[in-house]
Amino acid sequence: MQDQEKLLEVTGLSTTFHKNGQDLPALRDVSFSVGRGEVLGLVGESGSGKSVTLRSIMGLARRYGQVSGQVRWKGSDLVAMPDRVLRHIQGREIAMIFQEPMTSLNPLLTVGLQLEETLRTHTDLSRAARRDRAVEMLDLVGIPSAAQRLKDYPHQFSGGMRQRVMIAIALAANPKLLLADEPTTALDVTIQAQILDLILRLAQDMDMGVVLVTHDLGVVAQTCDAVAVMYAGRIVEQGPVRDVLRAPQHPYTVGLMRSVPENLPPRTQLYSVPGVPPALDALPPGCAFAPRCTACVEACKLDRPPMTVITDQRQVACFNPMTKSQGNAA
Amino acid sequence: MSDATFNNSMKSATFLQRALRKPGFVAGCVIIGFSVLLALFPAAFAPYDPNAIDYLAVKQPPSWAHPFGTDLLGRDSLSRVIWAYQVNMQMAIFGTVFALVTGITVGALVGYYRGVADLIFGRIVDAVITFPFLVLVIAVVAVLGPGLINMYIAISVVYWVYYARLMRAEVIAQMGNDYASAGVVMGYSDKRIIFRHLLPNAITPVIVYWMTDMALVILLGSSLGYLGLGAQPPQAEWGVLIAEGRNFISTAWWLSLMPGIAIVLTGLGFSLLGDGLADLLRPRG
Repeated sequence: MQDQEKLLEVTGLSTTFHKNGQDLPALRDVSFSVGRGEVLGLVGESGSGKSVTLRSIMGLARRYGQVSGQVRWKGSDLVAMPDRVLRHIQGREIAMIFQEPMTSLNPLLTVGLQLEETLRTHTDLSRAARRDRAVEMLDLVGIPSAAQRLKDYPHQFSGGMRQRVMIAIALAANPKLLLADEPTTALDVTIQAQILDLILRLAQDMDMGVVLVTHDLGVVAQTCDAVAVMYAGRIVEQGPVRDVLRAPQHPYTVGLMRSVPENLPPRTQLYSVPGVPPALDALPPGCAFAPRCTACVEACKLDRPPMTVITDQRQVACFNPMTKSQGNAA
Repeated sequence: MSDATFNNSMKSATFLQRALRKPGFVAGCVIIGFSVLLALFPAAFAPYDPNAIDYLAVKQPPSWAHPFGTDLLGRDSLSRVIWAYQVNMQMAIFGTVFALVTGITVGALVGYYRGVADLIFGRIVDAVITFPFLVLVIAVVAVLGPGLINMYIAISVVYWVYYARLMRAEVIAQMGNDYASAGVVMGYSDKRIIFRHLLPNAITPVIVYWMTDMALVILLGSSLGYLGLGAQPPQAEWGVLIAEGRNFISTAWWLSLMPGIAIVLTGLGFSLLGDGLADLLRPRG
């Protein structure tokens, strides 16, 4: 994916929420880019800022927080764009799907109406053409007897089917980028794989970039081209999936990878990174991961390690990164 | 949200079938249905002209000729109570509908946009709910002068706040659902998100409250009528009728009792209706 033109370029994205007169730095200085047809995985624990990243890109976060930095999309900056203009990009060029298929569809409108609504907002299709397109989309995401199901309500679909409908709605207007916020977390394992396959297949067919938020490294390994690991609102390590997962350098990435149960004999205690992530209103002055880090040195407690470029694709923010030889010691 | 909340794979009973299984709801429907009939066609039910004075039959106790007795001018009490349905049921509508519409709109808007408007709204709510409701309405009527129209204005001016407060809370709760965020990221206009997506999902508790509120407004309207601030005699209105009988409570008890029963019955009807509706509209598990 090296030489692909960049579709989305996020630079220094920071988001601050205000609560009880306090500033909560939910996102700090996040930078990454996604190419055409590229799949980027955003991983991290709950509260690390993965979802906030997507919501900041999509103009959702600024409704209740303060967003700064740059999100370049086709030469314009989404952060600075007024809602009125952003609306022509939302759903038409960039689409987003959510974690909870149970609540992401309006329970009172039929699936057909909700599909049609997107098409009416973003295309010039006639009424009949919209209906055809709606059937085609439902068909495309693998909903059997699509034409009959148009007049069904969301509660008449199962969780997995509902997520398929959501994907159909999101992709109806042919977006170039899909932001997927843990699209499979709420589904059971067999369905998870199907939905992921579906997203990837459609992304490939439609030549669409994908930002996939997940906390499942297994999913990242299977599906993504690049990965960015987030911790306490910052990206701590990023690069091509192969490189990052084969030789993680940030101790947090190492810890995450060790927490994936793999080839363990039964009744072995699972590894977990000790401690809990810091609260956003009580971030340590140095590296946010320092209190939990096994490779913490004095400098980590005083200063925040800057993002360092290792090779032209890989970056890590750590004073004491793991090299391959000591990688397993952590 | 549990799966069960939405699980509807088994063919469930229709709305009507479920409604018929609730005796309270059915009773409410019957009472209110009959009340509406009385209000629409009082002449068909009232045995006498409600304003026909008969000095030869003053303050007669209930009899076959006058089931509710007669008042101090010899007017038939039953006929007056029936004709009063027109006024009192009208109160239930006009006393609430403006507050309902304004409240829903304002509540949905401040709930969606929050910000400064929401803060100002919060202050208004505080100011209104700290006042005793009746005192506030009486104050407004005192300024505008007594009468039904002024009473509607007074109630609406105060009451929209209660609807708006409820609507705002519901809209905020609905916005926690992803479909609201999905509407934004699909590029839908605010108007579309508020009125097509959030409002229909948030309105159920407001409608239920409206039903109960109609009972309260009838009660309030009668109270104002009793105090001489609402409907004016000789118009037949339950509060006015009770007031007319209050000096004769020991000798002609039926004068106040019969309209009182009408108030209780109608209030009960609306309450049962609202309660049943709340049950029926609640998401099923």
